[in-house]
Amino acid sequence: MIQLNVNGQSKAVDVDPATPILWVVRENLEMTGTKFGCGIAQCGACTVHLDGKPIRSCSTPISAADGKNITTIEGIASEDGTLHRVQQAWIEAQVPQCGYCQSGQIMSATALLKENPNPTDAQIDAAMAGNVCRCGMYGRIRQAIKAAAGIGQPAEQETVA
Amino acid sequence: MSKSETATDSPGKKGKWTRRAFIGAGVVAGSALVVGVAVRQGNPIDRLSPLLTDGKNEQLLNAWVKVDTDNIVTAVIPHVEMGQGVYTALAQMLADEMDADWSKVRILEAPADMQYVSDSIARDFLAPNLEVPAIFEPTVSGGILELAQAMGLQFTGGSYSVRATGQRAMRTAGAAAREMLVAAAASEWQVPASEITTADSMIIHAKSGKSEPFAKFALAAAEQSLPAKPTLKSPDKYKIMGQPKARHDIPEKVDGTAIFGIDAKVPGMKYAAVKAAPVIGATVTSIDATTARTMPGVLQILNMGDFVAVVADGYWQAQQALNSIDAQYSKTEGDGLDLDAIFARYATSLDEAGEDGGDMETEAGDVGKAFAGAATKVEAEYKVPFLAHATMEPMNCTAWVRDGKCDVWSGHQAPVNARQAAADAAGLPFEDVTYHNAYLGGGFGRRSDSDAVIMATRIAKATGYPVKMIWSREEDTAQDHYRPSATSRFRGGLDKDGKLVSWDNIHTHLFDPKDAPTIPYYNIASHKIRKVDVPMHLRFGPWRSVDHSQHGFFIESFVDEMADAAGKDGYAFRRELLAGSPRHLKVLDTAAKMSGWGSALPEKHGRGIAFVPSFGSIVAQVAEVDMTGAKPKVTKVYVAADPGFVVNPDGFTAQMESAIVYGLTAALYGEITLKDGAVQQSNFHDYPMLRIDEMPAVEVALINGDHKHLGGGGEPGLPPIAPAVTNAIFAATGKRIRELPVAKHDFA
Repeated sequence: MIQLNVNGQSKAVDVDPATPILWVVRENLEMTGTKFGCGIAQCGACTVHLDGKPIRSCSTPISAADGKNITTIEGIASEDGTLHRVQQAWIEAQVPQCGYCQSGQIMSATALLKENPNPTDAQIDAAMAGNVCRCGMYGRIRQAIKAAAGIGQPAEQETVA
Repeated sequence: MSKSETATDSPGKKGKWTRRAFIGAGVVAGSALVVGVAVRQGNPIDRLSPLLTDGKNEQLLNAWVKVDTDNIVTAVIPHVEMGQGVYTALAQMLADEMDADWSKVRILEAPADMQYVSDSIARDFLAPNLEVPAIFEPTVSGGILELAQAMGLQFTGGSYSVRATGQRAMRTAGAAAREMLVAAAASEWQVPASEITTADSMIIHAKSGKSEPFAKFALAAAEQSLPAKPTLKSPDKYKIMGQPKARHDIPEKVDGTAIFGIDAKVPGMKYAAVKAAPVIGATVTSIDATTARTMPGVLQILNMGDFVAVVADGYWQAQQALNSIDAQYSKTEGDGLDLDAIFARYATSLDEAGEDGGDMETEAGDVGKAFAGAATKVEAEYKVPFLAHATMEPMNCTAWVRDGKCDVWSGHQAPVNARQAAADAAGLPFEDVTYHNAYLGGGFGRRSDSDAVIMATRIAKATGYPVKMIWSREEDTAQDHYRPSATSRFRGGLDKDGKLVSWDNIHTHLFDPKDAPTIPYYNIASHKIRKVDVPMHLRFGPWRSVDHSQHGFFIESFVDEMADAAGKDGYAFRRELLAGSPRHLKVLDTAAKMSGWGSALPEKHGRGIAFVPSFGSIVAQVAEVDMTGAKPKVTKVYVAADPGFVVNPDGFTAQMESAIVYGLTAALYGEITLKDGAVQQSNFHDYPMLRIDEMPAVEVALINGDHKHLGGGGEPGLPPIAPAVTNAIFAATGKRIRELPVAKHDFA
């Protein structure tokens, strides 16, 4: 049995410890906001936070999360439903097209702003280069990250640990 | 009830069918008041009304719009959303004609039903110059509808949604609904309809001071006869069209609630991983699954003839077991082929066609004579590779075949085709298949093919389980329906003044649309364009902008070479070719002006221009490249586009940005190669994508040049980018790129 804290809730899962976090989240926990893109940590669609740090869940075994906190796209809004400022900025800049990569993009962006509240263009590029968007919305992603950074909270606060 | 399954109680969310929703759906919630009267007998949409209404609080006006007691207007969209913003743009067109309050407009995706086949797309193929049709009169449009059904069109592609369905169906539906509401109010109030106005979902009679919401007359309006030819607004009356309305599908794409095909949930569902024979057309002759059989969670191992499937409790278990299977495949004619051999075939076919062979596509003047008499002659050959689509969501489909019924869940560009494909694979009649369409995690043409639907249905039929089949990225890359590779040869002649007088082009046969190799907008007195067919074992499919993706590069590269041979600037040379076409010139001039064309750039920087009308829209682009580093860096792209009339400026701009990235990725890196007949690329490490650190700044100017004839938005931004970039590389370095991708070339 592997013990997890997912978006603030305790979960126990009985799976092969080698199973990637991605498939446990999607299939065992039935949270499908986190996406499968490549399976080899090349596209970022599966990005979640493990104890607050962005990881590629397709290539990280669930054993690495035993006793730790996983945050997914479903867990970054406030409990009252208020969207995270990165999500709000995403809507404001009309970022998503097909939307498939956006959970991963948003999880990378929230992690970036938590580490670095005022990133430069180069820092945004470095933090986001692991996330592919086939609809090519990179310009809007940059714009939205800057807008979210401009809202002014000095440090990112994860609403769910 | 989950929130993604309702139409009326969750603003901003896409509606889903209660009867056909993802399992777990409840009933659509509504207000307490019951209106519920069916549309009149004999109306062709009578059969549809039970699907569209919950029978309690809604009144169906016609197949594309409904009004409920809360005065919510719901637009029923017969296309699929794959990020192009079609839900929003089409709803804007309907709502504007109806004078609806935009804040009270909801969107419902049409079911995969024959009544929703894109009659308007078929109409465009058959009779592009028809006036706005009376599509609600079966006597008028029945013939075309029948044909559309035969073609299985409920298709999203060809940049058709706004210009065909929107312009012909959604606007007409909105206008018809408005006229029916007005007629009902006129009858009730005993006043002339001409004295009644509408605004913000209200019906107003100013003289008497009466004012009521649409909902008040929804019931009575349904009793009115459908106007055969409702009056459409002139552009000066547009209130919602032409506005950058926020996309309806975006909120659920930032919080993880948007449901894509891969997210389907069915109780008792198992998972399948698949591997097809690496050479297309080969069969699986034997498999050794000794290890796989012992692996945890594995339920079934299937040799399906053309592919191997492992069904397990979880997808990862299925894929791990599949990876352990050793399969043997039959020999095919494609074995032994590599990319060089394919291009050698192209060369042989082109050589055999010579100066007069092949199939003539278009011809004017006497090219032989014009070329012979030209003062300057230029010949060039260009090549482009096979390309994969690489949608972010790998191919997948969930199917369940039991008790003479079949349910299929997927994201597909042609849901009616998918439903028919599932019926054939299940051996069931069309009527016994329920098709549940979801959001598409990228389409780009790939999701117009039904191969994944067929495979999943076959697996489901073989196992009896509901099965979710997911392709690995490796499978998605190696088993695509590729953008064809091609070779194109040109001979061009200039007169003594440097005027282009002769254009002779022969290319290997491609796909569609037929006008892609032609250049009617350029004034060239003598021209001849031909094609040759070359058989291939790979499967081809439409790839964003289809043949314009190749011919845009071929044509605009050769125009640039001719400009250079004439000693002229690429922009000025194209201006001469477009003389007499003010609409085209305006687009070209706008892009050039935005870019500061002609102004100085730093050393080893260059500017390139390209001009490609496609899918009814005219687009010019100027790219700037920085060649100071080890590889080319595209720093800026200026775009001018005239699609006739832009329904949603922000959405159209986003499509230009998107098409540029899709096209630039291909131009710089995209190449599918073959070894022994099998595709060599497997994942993003060897089929690389443009990423944020290579994203150029993109500036877009939109021009409304002809509000009566709309062009598409999803594809026309793509064709100019490759030649704009390679022409810029030539300007910066003097090196002419005649073969894509750019990454093949050394700039050290």
